[in-house]
Amino acid sequence: MSSVLLVVEHNKQKLKMATLKALTFGRQAAEKLNTQLDLLVIGHEVEAVAKQLQSYGVNTIYLVEDSAYKNYTAETWGHVTAEVAKQSDAVLIGMNTGTTGRDLMPRVAAKLNAGMVTDLIDFDGDLFVREMWAGNVRAFIEVTTPITVVSIQGTAFGAAEPGGNESSITRLEIPVPKTKTRFLKIRESKSDRPDPTEARVVVSGGRGMKSSENFKLIESLADLFDGAVGASRAAVDSGWISNDLQVGQTGKTVAPDLYIAAGISGAIQHLAGMKNSKVIVAINKDEEAPIFEVADFGLVADLFKVVPELTEALKKELV
Amino acid sequence: MKILVTAKRVTDPDMKIKVKEDGSGIDLSSMSYKVNPFDEIAIEEALRIKEDKGGEVIVVGIGSDKAQTEIRYGLSMGANRGIHVQVDGYMDSDVVARILKSIVEKEQPDLVLLGKQSVDDDNNQVSQLLAEYLGWGQACFASKIDVNETKAIVEREVDGGIEIMEIDLPGIVSADLRLNEPRYPALPAIMKAKKKELKKMNPEELGVEILPKVIIKKMAEPPQRKGGRILEDVPELIRALKEEAKVI
Ligand SMILES: Cc1cc2nc3c(=O)[nH]c(=O)nc-3n(C[C@H](O)[C@H](O)[C@H](O)COP(=O)(O)OP(=O)(O)OC[C@H]3O[C@@H](n4cnc5c(N)ncnc54)[C@H](O)[C@@H]3O)c2cc1C
Ligand SMILES: Nc1ncnc2c1ncn2[C@@H]1O[C@H](COP(=O)(O)O)[C@@H](O)[C@H]1O
Repeated sequence: MSSVLLVVEHNKQKLKMATLKALTFGRQAAEKLNTQLDLLVIGHEVEAVAKQLQSYGVNTIYLVEDSAYKNYTAETWGHVTAEVAKQSDAVLIGMNTGTTGRDLMPRVAAKLNAGMVTDLIDFDGDLFVREMWAGNVRAFIEVTTPITVVSIQGTAFGAAEPGGNESSITRLEIPVPKTKTRFLKIRESKSDRPDPTEARVVVSGGRGMKSSENFKLIESLADLFDGAVGASRAAVDSGWISNDLQVGQTGKTVAPDLYIAAGISGAIQHLAGMKNSKVIVAINKDEEAPIFEVADFGLVADLFKVVPELTEALKKELV
Repeated sequence: MKILVTAKRVTDPDMKIKVKEDGSGIDLSSMSYKVNPFDEIAIEEALRIKEDKGGEVIVVGIGSDKAQTEIRYGLSMGANRGIHVQVDGYMDSDVVARILKSIVEKEQPDLVLLGKQSVDDDNNQVSQLLAEYLGWGQACFASKIDVNETKAIVEREVDGGIEIMEIDLPGIVSADLRLNEPRYPALPAIMKAKKKELKKMNPEELGVEILPKVIIKKMAEPPQRKGGRILEDVPELIRALKEEAKVI
């Protein structure tokens, strides 16, 4: 039987929540295509990650371990994914979008001579739906090849709940290919705060924050909700905040229950990354700022006055 | 060092995009165009490497006759020569990657630098597809590149921080936003660029068939968000979040 195969993103110990969102898509797609659903965990000593997924009722969890697969590279993981896709007779191969999914999936598509759909938000069994032009256009896409490769936009799918039969884990030995790239190291952006794509509340700051120091105001507000911190490109470019917190067309796409934007004008490239949030609050001193066109609630005010005031008032509400 | 860079003609990212009533495409009347911003960054980086190490920068653009404007822009920034591959209809990223593969095989550059994504189709695929078609390594989303004769050390913007990797040359690197600040061509450079070589080719002579793997059947406007309202002060905001939105 053919399959839908999803590559699992993890941090070597735990799976990323975005994988559970991809899993929701995977279940829907397997049903529409009348195939089974398989998962693929790649890494070194990552059996624990595979085990975390056993209660989700997929058909098979493939586990491919080797010290050479410990740190992701497109060449090694792409090779493994394509080999497993062939063995499991996959007709649809996907991974949640993010820098790994976006780097890896096209490489897999090229190996399998497959058409690829980036950041898919829906699939009716025939056409794939995605957004283009910084979220201004919704496109309905036909893939003409027998195999399709996708990256999956997490904001479009809820996280899967456990359910169904316990899945079996199948270990596969995939010989390590010769490669032309080597992972050297990662300079991690150290933070105890959640990832903006996973948090219920995201508080973002823009150029109006004026300095790295002032981002503490954003952080204090976010911490009240155990929320995440985000930023506009202008704030990231200024070096005030880590690059992986950029929200927008070319950064992260988020859709929290509550998105608070302070000192952000609302350029189309920023809106592309947050316009599907449930509730949007904008704080900006310019009443003409386009962010107010998408905000449910706006305050035309100086953020240096209003953000601390809001933080203080919420402290009373949230205890 | 011989470096191949790409210059895609895209709709100006600052212009309003409207989908045509019948869903057949976007309304291009009164649209202005420019070089894909990520490609501008890639061209800038190629020029800096050339200025440092010597060599040649070749700009490739694929599209209608008009795509030459963006190739010329790359030449006015300082690239040595251009290649225009004429394709008038729709292309997916796969077609672009296969055309580029064939140009790379002819030109044999040491490094191919592209933008990480087109700001019109937002595909983010060509660099990775091209790397696989060539059997080369890829370093995507670069924020810093250090090259020597045979290798490059590339810093990549990834979820969780900055990853540092080594890539053998020839190889593929895609540019992210923070790699550099592109220069503006000065008027004399723009005049000089008009005389630079711009070779025109077609897919047939490159042996590439224009057979897209993904086809856009229909376009629509995404659901529009209704604007809300401006509130007086913080207490009113808290009340709204609590009683109306029920998020706190
Ligand atoms: C190829 C490309 C990709 C891009 N990708 C992204 C992306 O992914 N994400 C992204 O965010 N942007 C992206 N951009 C950039 C985008 O176009 C905007 O330039 C950017 O979002 C602006 O950031 P900003 O709103 O913080 O700054 P500005 O537009 O400068 O706005 C600052 C706002 O702060 C307000 N302000 C200032 N001081 C105060 C104060 N004391 N109190 C209250 N308000 C104040 C001002 O009124 C103003 O509205 C991209 C651009 C390009 C060309
Ligand atoms: N028609 C084209 N001509 C030249 N380069 C292109 C073209 N299409 C895509 N590219 C290059 O490929 C990169 C990624 O494109 P995409 O995969 O479409 O997002 C772009 O930044 C360009 O550098």
